[in-house]
Amino acid sequence: MATAVDIRDAVKRYGSVTALHSVNLSIADNEFFTLLGPSGCGKTTLLRMIAGFEDVTAGEIRLYGENIAALEPNRRPVNTVFQHYALFPHMSVLDNVAFGLKMKGVDPATRRARAGRMLEMVHLSQFADRKPAQLSGGQQQRVALARALAPEPKVLLLDEPLSALDLKLRQAMRVELKQLQEQTGITFIFVTHDQEEALTMSDRIAVMSQGRVQQIGTARDIYETPLNRFVADFIGETNLLEVEVHEVRNGRATLSLPGGERLTCPSASATPGRHALSIRPERVTIAATGGLAATVERVVYLGTDLQVLARLADGTPFAVRLQNAARTTVPEPGSTVALQLEEGAARLLAD
Amino acid sequence: MAGGDDTWRPLARPLLIPAWAVIGIFAAVPVFLMVVYSFLTKEFRGGVDWTFSLAAYDQFFVTRGLFGDEPAQVEWTYITIFARSIWQAAVCTVLCLLVGFPTAWFIATRPERSRGIWLFLVTIPYWVNLLIRTVSLKFLIRDNGPLNDSLMALGLIDSPLPLVNTNLAVQLGLFYSYLPFMVLPIYAAVERYNFALSEAAADLYASRWTTLCEIVLPVVRPGIVAGCILVFVPALGAFLAPDLLGGAKTFMIGSLIDEQFKGSQGNWPFGAAVSVILMTLVLIALILYARASARDGAREAGQ
Repeated sequence: MATAVDIRDAVKRYGSVTALHSVNLSIADNEFFTLLGPSGCGKTTLLRMIAGFEDVTAGEIRLYGENIAALEPNRRPVNTVFQHYALFPHMSVLDNVAFGLKMKGVDPATRRARAGRMLEMVHLSQFADRKPAQLSGGQQQRVALARALAPEPKVLLLDEPLSALDLKLRQAMRVELKQLQEQTGITFIFVTHDQEEALTMSDRIAVMSQGRVQQIGTARDIYETPLNRFVADFIGETNLLEVEVHEVRNGRATLSLPGGERLTCPSASATPGRHALSIRPERVTIAATGGLAATVERVVYLGTDLQVLARLADGTPFAVRLQNAARTTVPEPGSTVALQLEEGAARLLAD
Repeated sequence: MAGGDDTWRPLARPLLIPAWAVIGIFAAVPVFLMVVYSFLTKEFRGGVDWTFSLAAYDQFFVTRGLFGDEPAQVEWTYITIFARSIWQAAVCTVLCLLVGFPTAWFIATRPERSRGIWLFLVTIPYWVNLLIRTVSLKFLIRDNGPLNDSLMALGLIDSPLPLVNTNLAVQLGLFYSYLPFMVLPIYAAVERYNFALSEAAADLYASRWTTLCEIVLPVVRPGIVAGCILVFVPALGAFLAPDLLGGAKTFMIGSLIDEQFKGSQGNWPFGAAVSVILMTLVLIALILYARASARDGAREAGQ
């Protein structure tokens, strides 16, 4: 598949502060690609560099092969959906949507027709003559989307576009966004700090932290096989244990847990020594005997699930998630239980 | 808080009394007096005689020759002064806008901490009385003042530029007097401007110039309009700059009115009539503007 955006060794420095350390990313044509990370990780900076609002300290940003790092934002064939929409307050909704086409020199009749079709696509036709201030947050959001899609950009950049909406609307917009992306065939680059948003919509996700890309992969990749502590901890919940790896042979590592119990698990590249081990709480079952010994401290009712907060023999906290089904036996707080790991539940991390 | 509103409601009217009193005493009563005076008879050595008369308006618009025995004709003297004043005030407004907008933009785009200092610098000259500043300006531009001296020392000119008593000097004085009244309201508007709008425009292929014309100017227009009104209206009635920096050829409305209330040569009803005519013109202009912008708003909304 063709590469839409290719970022090579992109660096961003503000004076002595480095916001991005040599980022390398390749985003495919028609891909829904998400930059995910906590605030201050550099994801918005990277997006703004692609849009042209921040200049690139070093490195290249290629759009379908052409290096656009030095181009002014108004010369880049990408459009942005801004976090707080940035709709033009003095223009009608239709004029907002038609603005990009007007700037491209499209004649009035054609651009009005096309802007009208875009409004139809986001179900806002009846509001074409209103001013943005007369719309609700969700409607403004969809106007911003229509405005950015109207000039048919090669790549659409979305800067936390759903963060200002309430939960129900956000969930509905996720589905709508994904449908729009599939329908238009435009490459979407989506920035968010919300992992659920990232996991539900993206074809691939780049997890970022402290100005570095920590891992790139599908939702399943980054959830099931996190590379390091940051990714394991940031995506979903996990139990991180400090372990000692003794040897790695035939792709399996032999290690000992903090309490001294021995364990083997798959490992691609770990070297002997101290590492972190990630165990997802839902990949553990609770039995009476035959597993890691733990003491139950508390059981939290979460509706669909039960969260069991326990401690291993050496005192390390350990959480387990049980499905709230009729057959589930709920352990008593204070009781000693055996934790059984499913095959592949334990993931050895690089750091 | 609805509860708070209810508590204060009985006090609302009494609390408004000071505001109404100020408006009444300092605005309504003087305007009313001025209108009344303009229809009275002139008393020798200033003052008025309380008999109804249209003489003041007659003097403004009609002439019957030097001895008052010729057929009535349109009196152009005062209309010319009005036209010149309107022209000077308009030029002053445009100059203030051309200089004031970039200045306001510059200040509003500084880091928040230094904006206060810039605004302070803009307002500092206004701590000194306008009369003294205007006189100083005259010293600066007179034939052997610092400006002409330095230009001659640099060899750019051979003889002093005759600046004092010219339209240019009056214009300079007006511009200098009213510039901050343009800068401050535009600053207030630009400071509230959401710069993400400019980014959005650039993102949608607008050049910097197009962004300025199609996005920035329409959005900060209320500030620009306020600045223009705050400069144009007082510049129209200004009398210090024309008096001190200009001569007979640059006589403006403000000086004309000023003269009618000074000394024994004055004519209070005529001065009041000129003021009423000036005020009427300004009000008509403002009403026309308000109508036009309301129509614009309606048309944009109806598109």
